[in-house]
Amino acid sequence: MIEITKLTKQADNKLILRGIDIKVSKGETVAILGPNGAGKSTLLKIIAGLIKPTSGLVKMKGLDIKKDGFEIKKSIGYLPHASLLYDHYSPLENLVFFGKLYGVEQVEERAVQLVKEVGLSFFLHDPVKNFSRGMVQRIAIARAIIHDPEILLLDEPHTGLDQGAMTILNNVILTMKNKGTTTLMVTHDFKQAAEICDRIIIIKNGKLVDDFQVKDQSIELVTEKYARQLEGVS
Amino acid sequence: MNLVKSALLLAKKDLFSEWKTKQVLVTQIIFASLVIVVFSFAFDPSNNMTKAVIPGIIWVIIVFAGILGLNRSIVSEQRNDTMYALLVAPMEPAGIYLGKFIANFTMIMIVETIAIPFLFLLFDFNMAGSIPYFILIIFVGSFGFVSIGTFLAALAGNSKSSEMLLPLLLFPIASPVLIGVTQATRIVLSDMSKLSSALAWTQMVTSYDVIFFVISLFLIDYVLEV
Repeated sequence: MIEITKLTKQADNKLILRGIDIKVSKGETVAILGPNGAGKSTLLKIIAGLIKPTSGLVKMKGLDIKKDGFEIKKSIGYLPHASLLYDHYSPLENLVFFGKLYGVEQVEERAVQLVKEVGLSFFLHDPVKNFSRGMVQRIAIARAIIHDPEILLLDEPHTGLDQGAMTILNNVILTMKNKGTTTLMVTHDFKQAAEICDRIIIIKNGKLVDDFQVKDQSIELVTEKYARQLEGVS
Repeated sequence: MNLVKSALLLAKKDLFSEWKTKQVLVTQIIFASLVIVVFSFAFDPSNNMTKAVIPGIIWVIIVFAGILGLNRSIVSEQRNDTMYALLVAPMEPAGIYLGKFIANFTMIMIVETIAIPFLFLLFDFNMAGSIPYFILIIFVGSFGFVSIGTFLAALAGNSKSSEMLLPLLLFPIASPVLIGVTQATRIVLSDMSKLSSALAWTQMVTSYDVIFFVISLFLIDYVLEV
């Protein structure tokens, strides 16, 4: 589903990614771990098409992101730390606008259904600027999946969420997984990574240093592997 | 989604946002009114020489009121990183530029529709020239100014001091448009015997508009990269 070969990214004479090779199969849920500044978010932004790589190849669904970026974007749902929502718009207006951008059919019904699923039906017509961080993030989750994406890219999605929003997010990821969605999640939360993901990738100084399957949702395994790789890195 | 459809959707979103918040358009109209009132006190409307400054006042209003909206149209997409949402969506960067251009152009046309009749009224100006030509020149000039301005606003948007940077970039690059349309406006408002000269200025500005509009559509991809 996602095939990354010898990916590098240089910015201001600094090499952020140094030859990353990753293959992710359809339906896999992969967590990307690593210290701050390791290049995790940069990797996700390249996959999302937000920034161009310096060299290397990124293929999704067999299509090259450089040549078929437009086609690939239809299949991607991107949820970064920021909400990507318009403050003065209501959840319904936000979701309808983004739904139309993705060409979603019966977009109003879909938007209402998603707002209901994230538990904010009562606030359907209120401007997002009046919402708490957790409520905003719930709508942000709905925005990311409005078009039923085949690939879900999540950048530290659990940061700052209350328990309710965290449960909703995890349910969304698991529901999408059951539908066959491929998920890549950058996170610092080992517990969530172990619980949700099938596989963990560790990135350090722009290089992939470990890639392993998670067994029995074992957080100990994740912690141990991470500590071994990141020894000496603050 | 094709280029025009996505651009129209984005423009509709921007105009609906403006309808809800009334932040930019109201500021632009207040600014334009203030300029007209100040100039009406500075120059005696009963003096015939005063008529000569009207083309200049019209373009001062369009340029400075326009700049208020241009910067805002891009900066508004940086709040909550909504520009990322547009860039990851299946729309060409050219569609983002086109959408922003349509919204900015619509807003400046609204300002002009309100401000120019108000200016003529306050200066007791009787049109000696041609109204259709005047409208054509205003359209061509505004098109050029907004197309250049929207592109440069996107370029300056990545800078922390974008509000300061945009005029510095925009005024030198838009000066051929402004010189051309001010000359053409002067002719069609006062001396129709020199219409051929006004048309020559208009043609020059139109060529500049088309060149810059096409260049902007091609280059916006690099400007919008995160």
